[in-house]
Amino acid sequence: MPDSTGSSLASTASAEAPTAGPVVELVDAHKKFGSVEALRGVSLAVRPGELVGFLGPNGAGKTTAISLMIGLRRPTAGRALLFGLDPADLRARSRTGVMLQESGIPLTLKVREVVDLFRTYYPKPLPTDSVVEMAGLGEFQHKLVKDLSGGQRQRVYFALAICGDPDALFLDEPTVGLDTATRRSFWDQVRGFKRRGKSIVLTTHYLDEADALADRVVVIDHGLIVAEDSPEGIRRLVPGKKVAFSWPGVTAAALAGLPLEGLVIDGPRVSFLTSDAERVLRTLFAKGVSITDLEVAGAGLEEAVLVLTGGR
Amino acid sequence: MAAEVRIAPLWPMVAGQTQSEFRRLLRVWEFTGFGLAFPLVLYVFIGLQGSGPGAAQYHKYALASMCSYAVVNIALSTFGITVANERGSRMDALMRATPVRPVAPLIGKTVAAVVFALAALLLLYAAGILLAGISMRPEEWFNLTWRLLLAIIPFICMGFAIGYLSGPSGAVLAVNLILLPMSFASGIFFPIDGLPTFIKDIAPYLPMYHLGHLAWNAVGVPYNDIWKSVLWLAGYSVFFLAVTLWAVRREDDRRFS
Repeated sequence: MPDSTGSSLASTASAEAPTAGPVVELVDAHKKFGSVEALRGVSLAVRPGELVGFLGPNGAGKTTAISLMIGLRRPTAGRALLFGLDPADLRARSRTGVMLQESGIPLTLKVREVVDLFRTYYPKPLPTDSVVEMAGLGEFQHKLVKDLSGGQRQRVYFALAICGDPDALFLDEPTVGLDTATRRSFWDQVRGFKRRGKSIVLTTHYLDEADALADRVVVIDHGLIVAEDSPEGIRRLVPGKKVAFSWPGVTAAALAGLPLEGLVIDGPRVSFLTSDAERVLRTLFAKGVSITDLEVAGAGLEEAVLVLTGGR
Repeated sequence: MAAEVRIAPLWPMVAGQTQSEFRRLLRVWEFTGFGLAFPLVLYVFIGLQGSGPGAAQYHKYALASMCSYAVVNIALSTFGITVANERGSRMDALMRATPVRPVAPLIGKTVAAVVFALAALLLLYAAGILLAGISMRPEEWFNLTWRLLLAIIPFICMGFAIGYLSGPSGAVLAVNLILLPMSFASGIFFPIDGLPTFIKDIAPYLPMYHLGHLAWNAVGVPYNDIWKSVLWLAGYSVFFLAVTLWAVRREDDRRFS
């Protein structure tokens, strides 16, 4: 079987990549855990070289979707394909790297040793030195894994995910619990890997992360895809401005009738989204309301997802 | 298209896995030290008594007993406790998401356990020679060693079953709750004649009873049922392997389906 990745799926391949099938594909995938429906019919194809970001609140089904894609779980109905194969097939896994949300690593090995161990799992691994460098582990490479901090361990997980030079990389909430600087350097590592032409699937509930990295954002909620577009496209789906100001004695009633969404009142502080900030403010000024600390900003991905997932 | 689909060769995987197991043994001294030192301490307490004409044979018998205990302890701990820990820390989930072939870690652990057991035996032999002045013919040393290292297999299977049926803290308890009573009931710590009748009735059905008899026989205790014991141990291997497979399947259904 010289090429099982392309031909059988050629008909479903995207226009951008007419010669190669999708790297990962979910076809009307359902997943039930007992009576809980974690996924309720998700269809998605990841093209070669694409970085897809799964966004959604906790429990939306992001991790379940990724588990189906990498064959850690099987769909109750529908199909999951990795390089056109069963995701649990060793031939598919040999081209796949995975960073799981919670998983252990051998604590009694040194960083370099555990990378070397995982390299033996793959047919064409990257040189250990490159892996250590790409994951930013140079100065820790001779430390025992158990002596590393959380952020350093996260780099080890990344190193293990890329050491096989995979064509597809799956990152499930890769920067949870990391500080901002560490997250940003992690993003650089992910971008560096993507430049090698690799496909990446990332789940996150950090919206700036999806914004910074993804070619395409898939918003998932209650086990269904509720939106799927470029980060800019997703942002266009929601009211354009985020407005905030202080108004002592404000009540929701005082703002009734104005074109706004996602109203939050916290003491004197008011914030909401609106597609017509000028009209809202004009109306308030006309009433003689005195407001202070006014902020008007373009709505970000965060606001977009909030609106798309019904504010959960 | 050039997208060839290949998987990694098995032997480098096995070599890497075995090396990692050795590194773990050399670095986790609270684990390795216990496996080596505890049988030694027990041996000093109960293996050195006696003097006079019968003492030489008793010393050989006691050494074979303690060697049996050491080997079974290592098999149950290495497999029971480590496997439970790997499941508890979700290391198994990460491993399952990689293309590692499941047989590679299995072989690595087995090789490490056998070498670990050999080290424990050599330490006990040294104690026997130095402290009790044991002198045995070369073939007695040799027979004792290979019999014990081969008879470790059913206990490896048993350890595996424990590792898959219990959690990380439960496994330590399970190993000790099984190992100590089984050792006593099999006549490993005290001769079986002194045990209560109902335990004497159970003893011939315990795997350690058969391991013990093969070990004692290797150092000169007459025993007529060698093949019967071998069959019992083989049967136990198959039984615990089946239990393990069932437990693995149960785990698959719960966590990976």
